[in-house]
Amino acid sequence: MLDHLVGTPARSTVRVESAGLGQWDSTLAAFLLRASAILRDREATLDRSGLPTGLQRLMALAEAVPEKKGTRREAADIPWLDGVGKATLRGREQFDSFLTFLGETVLAFGQALRGRARFRARDLLVLVEQAGFQALGVVALINFLVGLILAFVAAAQLEQFGAAVYVANLVAIAMLRDMAAIMTAIVMAGRSGAAYAAAIGTMNANQEIDALRTTGISPIEYLVVPRITALVLMMPLLTVFADIMGVAGGAVVATGMLDLGLDRYLEQARSAVAVKHLLGGVFKGTVYGALVGIAGCWRGMQSGRTAAAVGEATTSAVVTSLILIIGAAGLFAVVFYALGL
Amino acid sequence: MPSASSPVSVQGLTMGFGDFVLMRDLNFEVERGDIFIIMGGSGCGKSTLLRHLIGLQEPKAGAVFYGETNFTAAAARERTEMLRRTGVLFQSGALWSSMTLAENVAVALEEFTDLPPREIREIASLKLALVGLKGFEDYYPGEISGGMQKRAGLARAMALDPEILYFDEPSAGLDPVSSRLLDQLILELRDSLGATIVAVTHELDSIFTIGTNGIFLDTETRTMVAQGHPRELRDHTTHPGVWRFLHRGEDPPKGGR
Repeated sequence: MLDHLVGTPARSTVRVESAGLGQWDSTLAAFLLRASAILRDREATLDRSGLPTGLQRLMALAEAVPEKKGTRREAADIPWLDGVGKATLRGREQFDSFLTFLGETVLAFGQALRGRARFRARDLLVLVEQAGFQALGVVALINFLVGLILAFVAAAQLEQFGAAVYVANLVAIAMLRDMAAIMTAIVMAGRSGAAYAAAIGTMNANQEIDALRTTGISPIEYLVVPRITALVLMMPLLTVFADIMGVAGGAVVATGMLDLGLDRYLEQARSAVAVKHLLGGVFKGTVYGALVGIAGCWRGMQSGRTAAAVGEATTSAVVTSLILIIGAAGLFAVVFYALGL
Repeated sequence: MPSASSPVSVQGLTMGFGDFVLMRDLNFEVERGDIFIIMGGSGCGKSTLLRHLIGLQEPKAGAVFYGETNFTAAAARERTEMLRRTGVLFQSGALWSSMTLAENVAVALEEFTDLPPREIREIASLKLALVGLKGFEDYYPGEISGGMQKRAGLARAMALDPEILYFDEPSAGLDPVSSRLLDQLILELRDSLGATIVAVTHELDSIFTIGTNGIFLDTETRTMVAQGHPRELRDHTTHPGVWRFLHRGEDPPKGGR
C-alpha cells in the first residue's frame, strides 16, 4: 500500500482522512509513521489534521526524540578472514584467562598448605558430601552398566574361540586402568563442574564475589580452593567404588550369559590385575577430578552478570571439563605406555 | 599529595574500558564525618566510580588515596589492610546466600579478629539489632524481603566498625517509608560511630536530607561539573544539567541567576 507513496511528487502534501474510522490501535500509528517517513524522504508531508486527536498526539510523542546517530545496530557483515582472526584472538584471550586462573589457584593452594587459606571448614564438609556421598548412586549405575557393556562386547568375541573366561581379564583391567576413572570424571563434570559454575556465576551476578573482595577475602581461596579440594579428595574413593561396580557389572554377564560361575570370574579377574592398574586408575581419576573442579570454578568466575551468562558459563564448564578429561586421558595413555605401566 | 585529614580522596581519576573513556579528571576530597553524595544521571558512571574507590576496578589514570596512602598503587596486601577500615553496602545487599544473616556479619569478624565464637555471635546480633533485624540471626537471605536484605547488608558492612561506609543506591527498590528509615539510620550511624559516608544515589529526598557534600558527574562533558553541599547546589548552581537534576527535570529560570 505504501509503495504508491514512493512516487509522490516532491514538496506535495498527502492528506489522511479518518471520518469512517471506528477503533484504532498501534498498528495504525506504526503504519502512518512509516508513511510519514517515506514522504519525508521525498520532501513531501503527511497532513495529519484529519486524524483523531489521540492518534495525532501518539505520533507526535513517537517523533519527539529524534533517533540518535550511530545508535542503530546494523547487521555487520564480517569478512571470513576477519572472523578467523577474531576467533583466534578470542581463543588466545581464553587461554590467557585460564592460565591466570590456574596460577591464582596454585598460589591459593600454596596458602592453604601453609594453613593460611581462608575458607570455612563447614563449606568444605558440605562440598565433600555433595561430591562424594551424594554422587554414589549415579556413579554406581554408570560404571555398573559400562562394566556390563564391556563384558558383552568381549564375550561375543572371546566365546568364538573358547576363551570366554578372559572376559574377566578384559573387564577388570579396562575398568581399573581407565574406564572407571573416565566415566566417573564425566559424571562429576555433569554434576559438580556444572554446579560449581552455576553457583559461582550466580554469586558473581549477585555481587557476592565483589562483597568477598571488599571484605578482603580472596574469592579463589574462599570458593575455589574448597571446591577443588572436595573433588580431589572424593575422586580417588569414587574411582575405587567405580572399579568395584564395573567388575560387578561384568560379573552379571559372566554368570548369566557365559555360565562362568562367580568364583571363577572373580578369581580370573584377581589374577589379571596388578596393583599398578588400580593405583594408575586412581591417580588418573584424581587428576580428572582436579580438572573438573578447575574448569567449573574458572567458568563460574568468568561468567557475566546476567541469567543468560550464568547458563552459558554452566554449559562451557561441562564442555571444558570434558575436553580436559579426554585430553588428559590421551596424554596418560601415551605416558603410561612409554613408562611401561 | 592529599591532606591527611581527608579519609578518601581522588586525584586526576580517569575511568573507562579499552579506548572508551567514561569519566575523566575527577578530583575531590571527602572530609571526615561527611555524607558525600556522588550524583549524576543514569549510566554516567556513579557506581563505576564507587567500584574504583573500593578497588573492584582499576583506573585508566589517576589514583585513589586513603589518607595519605596511594590505594591505587598499593600491593594487594596493603589494599586489604586499607579496605578493612571500610564497609560496603551493595545495591541489592549482595548477602552471601549460603550463609545465615548472623554468619554473613560474622565472616569479617572471624577473618580479622581473634574473638571467640560466642563474642562474634554477640557482636553479629548487635549489628543486626542496630538495623532492626533482631531475632533474624538464623534466617537465610532468601527468606527475607528485599528491604531487610539491604539492612542486613548494612549490618554486614558495619561488622568491623568501619571508618568509611560506602553505599551503592541505598534507597533503590525501597518503599518511601523504608527509604526514609534508612536515611535516618545512615545519619544515626554517622553520628554514633563517627563514620564517613560515601553514597551513590539519585533519590533527591535522600540527597537533600542526608548529604553534606557531593559531586555531580555530567554525561555530556564526561567529567565532574559541580561540587558542594547538595542543598546549596540546588539553590545556587549555574550549570543547567545540575539544576535540572536537582529540580526533577525542571529547566533553569530564564536569564540565569
